[in-house]
Amino acid sequence: MTETATTVEAEVERHDEHDHPSDRSYVGVAAVLGLITAAEVLTYFFDVGPFLIPALMVMMTAKFFIVAAYFMHLKQDIPLFSGFFVGGIALASIVYITMLTTFEFWDSFDF
Amino acid sequence: MAEAALDAHEHPETNTGMSNSKLALWVFLGSECLLFGGLISTYLLYRNETNGGPTASDVFEIPFTSVSSFVLLLSSLTMVLALSALRRGDETRNRIWLLTTAMLGAVFVGGQVYEFTAFLREGLGFTTSPFSSAFYTLTGFHGVHVSVGIVMLMSLVVVSLKGDLSKERAETVELIGLYWHFVDVVWIFIFTVVYLTV
Repeated sequence: MTETATTVEAEVERHDEHDHPSDRSYVGVAAVLGLITAAEVLTYFFDVGPFLIPALMVMMTAKFFIVAAYFMHLKQDIPLFSGFFVGGIALASIVYITMLTTFEFWDSFDF
Repeated sequence: MAEAALDAHEHPETNTGMSNSKLALWVFLGSECLLFGGLISTYLLYRNETNGGPTASDVFEIPFTSVSSFVLLLSSLTMVLALSALRRGDETRNRIWLLTTAMLGAVFVGGQVYEFTAFLREGLGFTTSPFSSAFYTLTGFHGVHVSVGIVMLMSLVVVSLKGDLSKERAETVELIGLYWHFVDVVWIFIFTVVYLTV
């Protein structure tokens, strides 16, 4: 057996030591997600000026990590799965930020 | 099948000691990030290219879309409760939560159909402008993903009613749940980038 396979098996064993969250915990996580979404919607009705885009990006990222960590169980699962997901997002970000830069997308913003 | 007989906490005899199906699904979800990344980027490029047709701020109804977002978020909760119930061996609650998740998904898709119909009445067709094409393609692809998820959830309900979805096959529910949560994650991005930054 290769060293990599042994490492992954060790991670799988470590994963078994963790218990899955309770239903009450899931409801709590959903409540937090609901509150963040409510805060996002409020930015549409109240003018927050130049803080709009940064605030929305922070809230969107927070929601993403909460869903991925708790509902998709990446927090308890082996890191390899997180690697595939984060790797896909990282690759997509690099490719499409490059594409948007090529098409001078950022010129439409006042930095 | 040997795999079907595995306990939820046992691992199949694979080279890596982890489920090949789960590994394949994560690779698939990683590739889906590139698909939606392309669609979101295209929308960002063309969002101001309206060809004199309706703009995003002319047609978007944020309160309505916000309710749809809450519905989809709620469906992620019911999905994870379905998996939790099956892991405890509670097949009845598993079916109830799976059915609830499918119904919430159907409400979301219904809302999207209503929204698209309203936009069409206001003159925003698929070929009206680069903005409209990019918008319908992005949100339409997402809607198709939700619809595929609903079909998979209903299949699980049917399998469960036949008595073939027990605690030992919890991984099947987990895999479809991962797909469902991914669809929710994609909507988190779309709702912020497309609707809230108008």
